[in-house]
Amino acid sequence: MFRGRQPVPLPIGILAGAGAAFFILPLIGLMLRAPWANLWPDLTAPESLLALRLSLVASLSATALALVLGLPLAWIYARVVFPGRTVLRALTTLPMVLPPVVGGVALLMAFGRRGLLGQILDAAFGIRLPFTTAGAVMAETFVAMPFLVLTVEAGLRSMDRRYEDAARTLGAGRWTVLRRVTLPLVAPSLFAGAVLCWARALGEFGATITFAGNFPGRTQTLPLAVYLALETRPDAAILLSLVLLVVSLVVLVVLRDRWLGSA
Amino acid sequence: MVGIGMSLLAQVRLTRGSLVLDLEVAAHEGEVVAVLGPNGAGKTSLLRALAGLLPLTEGRITLDGMVLEDPGATIFVPPEQRRVGMVFQDYLLFPHLSVLENVAFGLRSRGVRAATTRARGWLERVGLADLADVRPTALSGGQAQRVALARALATEPRLLLLDEPLSALDVTIRADTRRDLRRHLANVSGIRLVVTHDPLEAMALADRLMVIEGGRLVQSGRAAEVTARPRSRYVADLVGVNLFRGRAKGTEVELETGGALTVADQAHGDVFAVIHPRAVAVFRQRPDGTPRNVWPLRAVDIDLHGDRVRVRLMGTVTIVAEVTPAALADLGLAEGRKVWAAVKATEISVYPA
Repeated sequence: MFRGRQPVPLPIGILAGAGAAFFILPLIGLMLRAPWANLWPDLTAPESLLALRLSLVASLSATALALVLGLPLAWIYARVVFPGRTVLRALTTLPMVLPPVVGGVALLMAFGRRGLLGQILDAAFGIRLPFTTAGAVMAETFVAMPFLVLTVEAGLRSMDRRYEDAARTLGAGRWTVLRRVTLPLVAPSLFAGAVLCWARALGEFGATITFAGNFPGRTQTLPLAVYLALETRPDAAILLSLVLLVVSLVVLVVLRDRWLGSA
Repeated sequence: MVGIGMSLLAQVRLTRGSLVLDLEVAAHEGEVVAVLGPNGAGKTSLLRALAGLLPLTEGRITLDGMVLEDPGATIFVPPEQRRVGMVFQDYLLFPHLSVLENVAFGLRSRGVRAATTRARGWLERVGLADLADVRPTALSGGQAQRVALARALATEPRLLLLDEPLSALDVTIRADTRRDLRRHLANVSGIRLVVTHDPLEAMALADRLMVIEGGRLVQSGRAAEVTARPRSRYVADLVGVNLFRGRAKGTEVELETGGALTVADQAHGDVFAVIHPRAVAVFRQRPDGTPRNVWPLRAVDIDLHGDRVRVRLMGTVTIVAEVTPAALADLGLAEGRKVWAAVKATEISVYPA
């Protein structure tokens, strides 16, 4: 069974096998219990479609927002030395390790109707973010953007900056350099960062339900729908889970060169 | 400062890590100047400073009468607004653009219309028109070098900087590429500054040499002058001669490192003395006859140079002698062996330091 050159000690083999099974068994369970016969009707049920569409819209919006805000942030982290950079960088990557529920609560404190900025937005413009689709997008962005920032920052750091020098000696101003040299050269990192960010946004649960609530069609994204359907429509829950599983697999395959390149 | 009528005048002063660059560069319109120096001498830093990629801490750069940089007067023209082109050591062709788009890059950046057509013209000039649509990664080293040159020339810079333009190439194609490069450099106007650590390259490409070491100019002049009268150990080693420094009184030169030379011509004050290794005769016994400079020395290093053997001899003086392999065998010369070395006074050339 083990054809590797190095013999595998038995205890290690057993534990490693258990470790692998720990991941594979749930997947098998999901596949076996999936009501394949009802696949189409369940997926196209209004509740499912609503959640699917909202998830797609919210996660893509969150990715777009993360690109707009995260790209400049990554550029500054990679290129500008300023006091407090390390602290700022740590704070903005905190959501990667923070329990998402805490993120949701923190967002409420900032953007809630009585939040720091939220009350100003409400009083001045009548804008209320919590419990809206915009709120769901914010919650997803909050949790997912650090993946994009860190990936792009690493890309910017590892690129050979002398390409930018070469472009400048050829007469390209800062913006032309950014548009025609820097961004194309970090495009692979940009793409990987955006895909990671989108996958994280698509699966976001804790911050979304805390900050945006669970309103079908407005803030009830796929993970929220799965969790709720588990009580009432378990078959649909399994199928929606499968949808998320397939998406994750596709992301893994797309980014395989980055993560599993040498495997 | 000298340099009335020079189109490039630069006093460059800057610190970069342990390197302190402090030198002046002046060049006429149409001149090709080679900057020669060992690794870490500050050659690349000098080019980057002239291009505006490395700011000066002090000094002033003037090109065609226009001040490009003067920290004292807070003048700094950014690289993209200087008419300075640069060919980088490893060419740095943009990997995401085709060869043609690489060459058109500068023209597009400067808003030149018909950039593609003109870029195609430059590719034809360097003989690579048929490779216009390939990516730089598909090019050979020599081709990449020509594309980098075309890309820099396309913007018609007044000052063209070339950083070790041939060092990334295989030895087998270097001679051909050097000849091509020389032809292209001769066909463009403006000033061309070539950085190299290869004296052959410097002499083949340039009208004038500037030798820099440790961030300072140690010697400058026409290639023949520089090689005939080295003023530093680096140049002497490149040319392959023995260089001594000392104080002359008449026909005696007291060497800084101890010992003395007897020379044929009168000289006074601080001088350099050069002895070609071929002029150093080696004997087993103390020679009779006329040589004025005779030392008992020990052979410390024996090196084959083509069909000649170079022997480093140490004692009151350290000197390299060149002998034939046959002589080596006759002398029974081996490392550690004691011999006598002799140099005729007329074989030593002396010039003021």
